[in-house]
Amino acid sequence: MSQPLISAPASGGLPNPVPTGPVRLTINGETQTLQLAPWTSLLDALREYAHLTGTKKGCDHGQCGACTVLVNGRRINSCLTLAVMHEDDDITTIEGLGTPENLSPLQQAFVDHDAFQCGYCTPGQICSAQGLLNEGHAHSEAEIKELMSGNLCRCGAYVGILDAVKEVVDKQ
Amino acid sequence: MSQTNHIGKAPSRVDGPLKVAGAAHYSGEFNVPNLAYGYVVNSPITKGKILKVHADEVRALPGVLEVFSHENVPYLAWFDKSYKDQIAPGGSPFRPLHSPDITFNQQPVALVVADTFELARYAAALLRIDYEQQEHETNLEAKRTEGYAPGGGKIGFQPPPPPRGKPDQALKEATHSIEAEYAHGAQHHNPMELFTTTVEWRGDGKITAYDKTQGVYNVKNYLMGVFGLGKDDVRVVNQFMGGGFGAGLRPQYSVFMAVLATLELKRSVRVTLTRQQMFSIGHRPNTLQLVKLGTNPDGTLAALQHHALHETSQFEDYTENIVNWSGMLYQCENVKLGYELAKLDIYSPQDMRAPGAASGNVGLEVAMDEMAYAAGLDPLEFRMRNYADRDQNVDKPFSSKKLRECYKQAAAKFGWETRTQEPRSMRANGKLVGMGMGGGVWDATQQKSAAKALISADGKLTVRSATGENGTGTYTIMTQIAAETLGLPLEAVTFELGDTDQPEAPIQGGSWTAASVGTAVKNACDALGEKILKLAQKPADSPLKGATYDEVEFVNGQLRLRHDHAQAVVLRDVLQASGETQLEADSSAQPNMAKQNGYSLHSHNVAFAEVEVDEDLGTIKVTRVVSAVAAGRILNQKTARSQVLGSVVWGLGMALMEETIMDHKFGRYVNHNFAEYHIPVNADIPHIDVIFVHEDDDIVNPLGVKGIGEVGMLGVTAAIANAVFHATGKRVRDLPIMLDKLL
Repeated sequence: MSQPLISAPASGGLPNPVPTGPVRLTINGETQTLQLAPWTSLLDALREYAHLTGTKKGCDHGQCGACTVLVNGRRINSCLTLAVMHEDDDITTIEGLGTPENLSPLQQAFVDHDAFQCGYCTPGQICSAQGLLNEGHAHSEAEIKELMSGNLCRCGAYVGILDAVKEVVDKQ
Repeated sequence: MSQTNHIGKAPSRVDGPLKVAGAAHYSGEFNVPNLAYGYVVNSPITKGKILKVHADEVRALPGVLEVFSHENVPYLAWFDKSYKDQIAPGGSPFRPLHSPDITFNQQPVALVVADTFELARYAAALLRIDYEQQEHETNLEAKRTEGYAPGGGKIGFQPPPPPRGKPDQALKEATHSIEAEYAHGAQHHNPMELFTTTVEWRGDGKITAYDKTQGVYNVKNYLMGVFGLGKDDVRVVNQFMGGGFGAGLRPQYSVFMAVLATLELKRSVRVTLTRQQMFSIGHRPNTLQLVKLGTNPDGTLAALQHHALHETSQFEDYTENIVNWSGMLYQCENVKLGYELAKLDIYSPQDMRAPGAASGNVGLEVAMDEMAYAAGLDPLEFRMRNYADRDQNVDKPFSSKKLRECYKQAAAKFGWETRTQEPRSMRANGKLVGMGMGGGVWDATQQKSAAKALISADGKLTVRSATGENGTGTYTIMTQIAAETLGLPLEAVTFELGDTDQPEAPIQGGSWTAASVGTAVKNACDALGEKILKLAQKPADSPLKGATYDEVEFVNGQLRLRHDHAQAVVLRDVLQASGETQLEADSSAQPNMAKQNGYSLHSHNVAFAEVEVDEDLGTIKVTRVVSAVAAGRILNQKTARSQVLGSVVWGLGMALMEETIMDHKFGRYVNHNFAEYHIPVNADIPHIDVIFVHEDDDIVNPLGVKGIGEVGMLGVTAAIANAVFHATGKRVRDLPIMLDKLL
């Protein structure tokens, strides 16, 4: 049995997209100017325009934490903020924390404790952990677990993540 | 003393530094020039027809390149077989953009391609489509009596064995018996990485597809079939996969869309699904199970009956092995197993970590707990009394089975003896405490695989096979196997994977990669080793003169006689003296059927879980888990432990959180995002102990490995459900166990 038709309301001439413009971003200490539409998220600016693909897209809704970067030392979900809002900010991505040849203490601890499997949530986990170290928040195991709970890991590497973060916290 | 025995040790992942530094490239992270972006539009209706796609007004937007739908898709392959991938079930595979018919909600109906991602997304949001809607059915409850037994058609699916003994009479005459129904809703894989394909246009009709997949050859063959591409026209690459769990076993519509657009526009295109769209690509099906058990006076099983019904789509008979395990995990003479499907207006389900077994295991292992209570037995003791030394489904002995040792070691570690049997009898921290257990069984299989090994004059070894790395540790274990075979340090070995320019490997599933590709890697390195031996024996004064390959070994960069280590040559010296710049060897591996035929090949596990339940709020906290796994030889203690830890997290999610909820009025999943489809977070995960019980097994394959990616998930969900019963006295039989079900 057929039901009524579903049809979107007709519109005469669709509104043109907003034009792009130059956006100056300082990422990992380097300033560059990208040509961006104003509705470009910081996450998409990093991945698709600056080609810094270490920052990951897992949901685009601020629900998974894979896109976590440090803005002026504090962790944020880069999918929930627009690139144009960060012209005066100091943005640090996973690429700015260390390189495969020269890993940061947190990155090394993640390797040592096998704190990841597929590795896709890992940059966000590490940026988040770096953020909570910077903020001086992580003291107990329970606190680390709670404060790292905004970063989902579908492989379920949480035990290793806790051990890795705790090792670095304890050394501080 | 050998420094090049790597197998069984615990080296860190060789790809770890790339992953933690954000330098591993996933499929959406290849920076190809002149890239366009595609954004998929999905149907808001569940059943009906597209009347009109108002594409022209969207095409008129500046920067929009094209709108693809069934209205303008070019002529593609006609027959179903062209769309069937390696593990397609029976029926007709879904063809994206093929016809105006809508057969499930969120069906992809159009692809908008534009110069930038932002433009494609904007234009897709404006695309108007007129639909004619028809009545749909998405509720399995409505199809309870319309189940049917599916035919074959999917690799790995085995219909339940015929009944044995007199299951009905034995149940009637049993001293104690129970009967209960168990249910769980749909669950979605939700790997962290979104399904993404970057297709590079190489000109002249040739493409390279960087695709999120668990099988690059599976995708290549699919693309060749659907788009009529030649073998040399398409290369598929996936060097890192951000989680699969089964979601990438079949080619997804993202790769279809990206390739379609690339071929039509003659321009490179990237298509990335949204998290919401990740709920339209297959799932663990909504499943109903009926289990009946009966015991004899001595606590042995008198009868076991297990029947399962789950949903499938209108167009495919998706199948998985749900009930078969129940006929082999315990000793029982009277067994009846049944398995049926029901068609609904949904997308086809898809294998999800331990498909079938994860579902059936909950039915069986919760029922076993209920049966233990009905018979007045401790749940562990009850399982011990019904231990199966033989696989009664096929009437063969197991090639190896150390489940009993798993029970003993895990129970001791967990402190099972401190448990009091009576429900609600244990308390701590002002909360009810419960302890539960469950065990499981999974296939140990091997698939045909090939590999190539190359060694340069300076002793650097490269091994290639088109398998995958989705977090399982493939790079690392293959590097270990190759390095040990040719007596090299790990640093001297590079393993390359995920490229159809490499020798073919099977799709990465079924926990068979270590056994399949690992054996191929070993064989390729041995084939190379034989060539090296021949070179070493060339000089007239070679200390290895006359030795066969079996009489020599590669250790610490040397090639030496096994029985006289002093008779040795340095591997690099041999290579350099040979004058060759590079030596290479190809090899493949497949199961030794003659050796395996008389045996049942399986891995086993058990999990013990402790929960605390707040009686006032109904909140459940898992406080401890001990998991013991018997899966043959463990190649890497570190990565294998991580796989089991992850499996426990999955089992916890299935027990307490995961359910994709369908609004049957609309036929649409309503919690299709990470805020509402809950998976465990760090704070949910307790201390977890992992125990590997070693099994020597030269029947499964030459490496003696059984695979570790799925077996660890079994038992966990049931153990938690049983612990909740022990804590509260309330038996919840529909998962997930949320607080409202306890209040």
